[in-house]
This record gives sequence, structure tokens and C-alpha cells, in this order.
Amino acid sequence: MKTVEVTNFVKSYGKLEAVKGISFSIDKGEIFGLIGPNGAGKTTTLRVISTLLQITSGTIQVFGINVKQQPDQIRKLISYLPEDAGAYKNLTGRQYLQFIANFFTNDQPKQMVEKGIIIADLGDRIDDKVDTYSKGMKRRLLVGRALMNEPKLAILDEPTSGLDVRNAQEIRGIIKETAQNGTTILLSSHNMLEVEYLCDRISLISDGRIIVEGRPKDLKQRYHAENIEEVFMKVVQ
Amino acid sequence: MSPLLNMLKKEIKELLTPGTILPIIIVTLIFGSIGNTMGNIEQEIQQKPMIALINEDSGIYAPVITSIFQNHSTIVFNSSSRSEKENAIETVKQNNGAAVLIIPENFSSNILSMKPGPIEVYWIVKGTGIMDAIPSASVEGLMYHAQRQISEILILQSNASSNATLVLNPVIEIDTTNIKGFEYPNISPGAIAQILSTQSTTTPIVMMMIIIIAGGMVISSMALEKENKTLETLLTIPVRRVSIITGKIAASAIVGLLLAVIYMFGIGYYMQSLTFDTGTGPTSFSLTLSTFDLLLVGISLFAALVAGLSLCMLLGTMAKNYKSAQTLTAPVTMLAIFPMILTMFTDFDTLPLALKTLVFAIPFSHPMMAQRALLFGDYTLVIGGIIYVSIFSIVVIGLVIWVFTTDRLLTGTVVGKKLARLKRKR
Repeated sequence: MKTVEVTNFVKSYGKLEAVKGISFSIDKGEIFGLIGPNGAGKTTTLRVISTLLQITSGTIQVFGINVKQQPDQIRKLISYLPEDAGAYKNLTGRQYLQFIANFFTNDQPKQMVEKGIIIADLGDRIDDKVDTYSKGMKRRLLVGRALMNEPKLAILDEPTSGLDVRNAQEIRGIIKETAQNGTTILLSSHNMLEVEYLCDRISLISDGRIIVEGRPKDLKQRYHAENIEEVFMKVVQ
Repeated sequence: MSPLLNMLKKEIKELLTPGTILPIIIVTLIFGSIGNTMGNIEQEIQQKPMIALINEDSGIYAPVITSIFQNHSTIVFNSSSRSEKENAIETVKQNNGAAVLIIPENFSSNILSMKPGPIEVYWIVKGTGIMDAIPSASVEGLMYHAQRQISEILILQSNASSNATLVLNPVIEIDTTNIKGFEYPNISPGAIAQILSTQSTTTPIVMMMIIIIAGGMVISSMALEKENKTLETLLTIPVRRVSIITGKIAASAIVGLLLAVIYMFGIGYYMQSLTFDTGTGPTSFSLTLSTFDLLLVGISLFAALVAGLSLCMLLGTMAKNYKSAQTLTAPVTMLAIFPMILTMFTDFDTLPLALKTLVFAIPFSHPMMAQRALLFGDYTLVIGGIIYVSIFSIVVIGLVIWVFTTDRLLTGTVVGKKLARLKRKR
């Protein structure tokens, strides 16, 4: 069974068709990247898989469960990190993780919170209010939040967006490690080099359509390119 | 911990910040201190005024004046010579007194020769405020009392066969007031209105305050979820939409009630300071509510609060950010103020049908009207109101849940999009 199975998926906002019938699938434990320019339909696709938006047509299944029909079941299996997500400003980092952990488990929320704290790696600042955090600290906290419950599928929208090199590299390391532990990762990014480093497979999406899909290594060979950025430019032209 | 309790705990933590509580406490303290100042009025009225009395008259009418002032005021200076006037003024000033009364030597002789007897009053007024006028008003009251006594003596001395008191008060009013079929003996409608005014003012103000405070919180809470980009995370974790909605409404209701109690403590103290005990309390005229009635008022208040907060939640789903949330509180505020003003000045039964329908349709009207309606046994209006408001709440909560399951919550309203398209076309 595929972790994610997207078939002829269309998403419209009124008359505007943001995603125009895309299909792809993700295997268990894979890191799959959706890459493309702004407005290509990446975030819309991630939001629909995360049960935030409704499907206009087509089908999406996560672990064989239909997203449209059983969104509550999907939410138990996934974790979604939006691109510009925030945390509650009046809570401390620890309180925020506790708040989220309480929704996932009644048995061992403390253990889950401790895992989140380790991933976030904020030291003593974990007990400071979120309002006092820098952008990088906030993002680390949110990554910790997204991965602490060891989701079966982690959906990460621009996970290193706005981070400095050191923070971005650390987060990439965490993502790799999480996938090695059995979590399937679906991520989107503008950063082609990041995608090339992280992803087992990628889909290049432009104007709501998938224009090419495959392993980064294979795509580079196919298009005689040195990196995915070059592949993208050649495909779009 | 249950998802609802978890949600409630987080919401209360988010809402109960120094920024929320401090303004309310400051307003409460301001009203409380105003109330404290106003509260001194009653004390002041009950205090005997301080005066100086110079009596140059040895006639038969001067003792009437002096005995009244001796019994009902504190005489800080007493003399029989006008030459002491300056000393008298100084003494009254030093004692924060109200006036210097001079009864000239021709006072009694003038009256005996059927001419008005003069009394010179030198008023000492500290300021122009309401409280500053109280001591002089008390002295004027004593002067009126003294005049009446002299009038009675004069009537008696004129050998009239009639009773002097009767001549001065030929009519006595024996009131029986019938309100909505209930008969109240020995009380006028004005006196009843005065008794009811405190009761019928407090509930509407409390209701309005709770709706404005708690409603604003619900709308802002939704707006902040969007502005701080926390809503998307919340909607993808395994928590039922109804728990999110109920958690937000319940937390706002709890915090709103708490803040309203703090607020009303100040307002209540202020309002209390404006009323004087006339000795005709509501209990003397059976104008009190039974325990069952109070329970109905409580249920009506709770139902209206849930309805109001659900409505605010629905409006909150339309808020894009904290700024737009401030605008969205306006219709709710208007809906709370309109029945408050109406129920304070008119009765539901006496309204024209169209206005009656409008008032009934506004959920906040019901607890505002409940107390007065129950005093006169109108259970149909109160119970009917509770049923209507409960149905209203269920429908609105249903709508909120529906909005939570659609794209509208994250992508904005259809109306919003149409407006944006129109703007682009222009």
C-alpha cells in the first residue's frame, strides 16, 4: 500500500483552477519533494492532503484512507507544518508542545514533549514565551512540534523557509533522521539544492501541473544537468 | 486530558493576560472611586448642617425658627448682636458650615403687622458641584419647615375654625397601582418605577458588558489564530471541530464573565451611590423574584451568552486579522446596546408589533426583559425566549461547524472575493 496516492487531483477556487489534475504516489519511508515556483499549486496540494481544504475532483488516499471521506482518521496519522506557521505567543515553548501533545496521547504526553524539546533544541529558552523567540527559534519549535508525535506522514511546507544556513542545515538533518526512523515525508520547497539533498524522489510542478517526476539523480542524467535547478529551468523552457 | 479541556485551558491562558485584565481593573477602580465620592452625598444629606445663628428678635415668632435650627442643625456660633456677623462668618467657614442666619429685631413685629418677617441668610458655598450644594439645600429645607410652622401658628391665631395642618394639606393621595393585572396598594407608579429602575438597569448592563467583552474575545481569538498562523496547525491535529469551537466559546464565556464581574463590581458600586434609601424597598411591595424565577433569569442569561458567543464565533471566522476583528465586534455591540436601551426605558408589552418582533429576535433582549417579566408573572415570554435563544444558538453553532469544514475559514468568504474582484475591475 502506498503512503500517499494522488489521482487526477483538481482544486479550484471559484473559477480559478489552482491544481489541474495531478497524480503522484509516495512510498513508505520516502522523502518526496514537490518543487516549483510561487503559485504553482504546491501549498494547495499539501493543504488538501492535510485535510485543510476540500478536493474539487479526483481522489487522494493516505494509507488507503480517503482524505475527503475520513479526514478525522487522516489527522491521526499526519503532521502538517505550514510554511509561515506560528505558535501561541502567550505560551512558553514547553507549554505549546504540551498543548499539542495532549491532543495526540493521553498516556505519555511528557515523553512526546521531551522528544519535541530535543528536536527543537532551544536549551533553557524552551521555558520562555514564544513571543520572545527569533524566527529561527520559532521554526525549530514548530519542527519539533511537527515531528515529536512520530507521525506516519509528515507534510512539511518549506521547512527551512527564512532560516539561516546553520539552522536550515540542522533541520535538514532532523528531517533525514525522521525518515530513517520510518516516517514518510512530503515536503515542498523553492530551494532546489535542498530538495536535491533531501529527497528520494521529486515532482516538478508548474501552473498546477506536474511536468516531470523522478529521482534527482535520474532527472539530472535525463536532462544533462548539473543540479535540479538546471533541470527545472530546462523543463520549464 | 480531554481535547475540549486542553483547548479550554489553552484559550484561558491566551485570554487572561495582563493586557486583558489591566484595562478592566483600571476602569473598575475609576468607577469605584467615582462611586465612593458620590456615596458621600447620602452621608452628607444625613449630616446636620452647620450654621451660625444671630437672633436680635425677642418677639414670639423667632423661637419657632431657633428651636427648629437647634434641633436639626449644629449651631457653631450663637449671638444676639449683628455686630458679631464677621465673627460668625469666620467661625462657619472654619467649621465648613453652610450659612449664617440673622433674625433681625423686626422679624416678629413685621409678622404681627401682617408683613413678611425678614431673615437674612449669608450662604457660604465651597464650590459649584452637586455635593457642595447639599449643606445649603439642607438649610433651605429647615427654612421651609420653619415657614410652615409659622403658617400653622398664624392660621390658629386667626381664629379659623379649621385645622391649620388641614388648611395647608387639604388633599391626601391614597394610591393603588395596577400593573399588568397586579394590584399594589399605597404606592404610586412613579415610586414603583423608582424601585424597579435599579433592578431593570443592572441586568441589561451586565448582559451588554458580558457580550461586548466576551464577544470581542471570541472574534479576536479567531482573528489571532489566523494572524499568528496557528489555525492551520490546529485544524490538522486530531481534535474535533466542535471541540475547538466549544473550547473557544467556553473560555471566552468564563473570562468574559470574570471580567464582567470585576467590571460590574465598580459599576455596581457607582450605581449604588446614586440611589438613596427611601425606606420603600422592593420587598415591601412583593416586587421580588422567587428562587425558581432567579433560576429562569440565570438560564436565560446563559442561553443568551452562548447565542451571543456563537454569533461572534461565526463573525470571527470572517476576520482576517486582529484589526478586522475590531470592526466585526461593532454589529454585536449594536445588537447588545439596542435592547439594553429599549428595556431600560420601555416595556416589551407596550411596544408596536414590528419593534416587538425585532426585540424578540435579538437573543440578548431576553435576559434583559426576563427579570421584569417574571415580576409580573409573564412566564410565557421568558420560557419562550429561552427556547428561541437555544434554537438560535444551535443553528448558529451548526453554521460555525459548517464553516469550519469548508474552505471559507482559510480562503475567506465568497462576499469578500466578490468585493475583491469588483475592486480589481475598478
